[in-house]
Amino acid sequence: MGAFGHYLTGHFATLRLEFWALFIGGLANGVLYGMVAVGYTLVYGVLRLINFAHSEIFMSGGFAGYFVMKALVGTAVPSGMASVGLIVLGTLVGGFVGAFMATLVERVAYRPLRRRHAPALAYLISAIGASYFLYNMAGKEFGRVPISMPQPYINHPIVHIFGAPVQMYYVIILLAGAVMFLALDRIVAKTKLGRSIRAVAQDAETASLMGVNIDRTIVLTFIVGGALGGAAGFLFGMGTGVSNTMGFVPALKAFTAAVLGGIGNLRGAMIGGFLLGVVESLSVVFVQAAYMDVVAFGILVAVLLFRPTGILGERLGRAA
Amino acid sequence: MLEVHEAVVRYGAITALHGVSFEVNQGEIVTLLGANGAGKTTTLRMLSGLHAPQSGRIMFEGQDVTTTKAHMFTSLGIGHVPEGRRIFPQMTVEENLEIGAFRRHGSYSDDMDRMYETFPILKERRKQIGGNLSGGEQQMLAIGRALMGQPRLLLLDEPSMGLAPMIVDTIFRIIGEIRDGGTTVLLVEQNAAQALRLADRGYVMENGRIVFGDSASNLLTDARVRAVYLGENVES
Repeated sequence: MGAFGHYLTGHFATLRLEFWALFIGGLANGVLYGMVAVGYTLVYGVLRLINFAHSEIFMSGGFAGYFVMKALVGTAVPSGMASVGLIVLGTLVGGFVGAFMATLVERVAYRPLRRRHAPALAYLISAIGASYFLYNMAGKEFGRVPISMPQPYINHPIVHIFGAPVQMYYVIILLAGAVMFLALDRIVAKTKLGRSIRAVAQDAETASLMGVNIDRTIVLTFIVGGALGGAAGFLFGMGTGVSNTMGFVPALKAFTAAVLGGIGNLRGAMIGGFLLGVVESLSVVFVQAAYMDVVAFGILVAVLLFRPTGILGERLGRAA
Repeated sequence: MLEVHEAVVRYGAITALHGVSFEVNQGEIVTLLGANGAGKTTTLRMLSGLHAPQSGRIMFEGQDVTTTKAHMFTSLGIGHVPEGRRIFPQMTVEENLEIGAFRRHGSYSDDMDRMYETFPILKERRKQIGGNLSGGEQQMLAIGRALMGQPRLLLLDEPSMGLAPMIVDTIFRIIGEIRDGGTTVLLVEQNAAQALRLADRGYVMENGRIVFGDSASNLLTDARVRAVYLGENVES
């Protein structure tokens, strides 16, 4: 092998390293997209409605987590079990506040319309109104500049995958995502709650004949979706900071992920999230970093054009 | 067991039921006859809380259920096999049966076994999704699903619709068995002859009203019923 050969091998080695680093980062992002996408898809499944206020539910989880970290971490540098405890706490608080905000949105913005049998367009306007209200209110209360979150852990590379270092932050997201996705998948497939959500998604009226309380099921759906969205808001905010508009782009991407996987399809939303995260991240190598969002939303347009039912198709009912 | 007094149901400007009154006694099979749009399905849907009556009263086992919400009816003891069967298409046969027991507490595996005994084909198709069943299988599943809620009154809406005659016979035999098992049945049917042969009593509906009611045997020989619902050449 000559000098050129050495150059090539060296070049490929960096490329490979870069590939895996981007892959892992993209997958972590994808997990967050998936967690948010699940909220879109669940609500769509039972109400045939895109909850455009979901981005603000994500934001509320981010702020909730921020305030917890600000109070408990401050300027300290926690490590070990303290870090684990703080991250779990932040995720739970983010999820709890997200779930609370989601039920609030359902109660204020959607339920009155349902009572009056409003047309679909009214829901859309109501959703956009709720979204604007919430992020402007957050802007008024918490300021309109991004605030970085006190870190409950030390972000150092802890493992190497194919030689690529994996930051602690990614490990946290991948672990949290794995736990939540597995739990959600089992809940929807096996529990009474999951069965009632699927029944309402497939045929709400017949579900009520079986004794399923539709209103209650809808609220539970918002709670589940809001909890995951809020938890994702905290995890996202830990890396990027929080602001009143933090939800906009990630939620739009999560919506893309939900459409990509097949809106209404729970596993589709998760898979769509992973795919979008990875593709978007790899576009840095194959296209250009500046084109990342172009690639992400180009996928949305392409899916809508060529396969509007998404990869797995529209079927929340299955959801298991 | 069930008494309906002067029930009126309107959808917007349309009045579907103009003061309907009838009753169903414990242990009977009662059938509602009538043309399409006469209000038979609306009547059953009203009895399950899917349409609240604007006026009138519905009493079930001495309890006023006029404004009771749809999801409460299974717990009260009323099961509903809806028109068009309405199987959950993406759930397995087993899950469809299980959701019939949604409101029950404790184990219902004995009842599952009994359903599989009554409908052996459902046991064979246990793991298949409801949407892939034939019409007859779906009808059996819809009946089994309603029975999983242990109803004392079963509302059956057009159980023979779109089914082959042989399957229809099976369904009617099973309806008879359900009554013999102690469940009262209110049956809406297009197939008037077969329904009347099975039923104890019947009511004839026209344009949202009950025009008359009698014992099934009298209705079978009634000139009006024979002319309109049985056709001239149908034997009783």
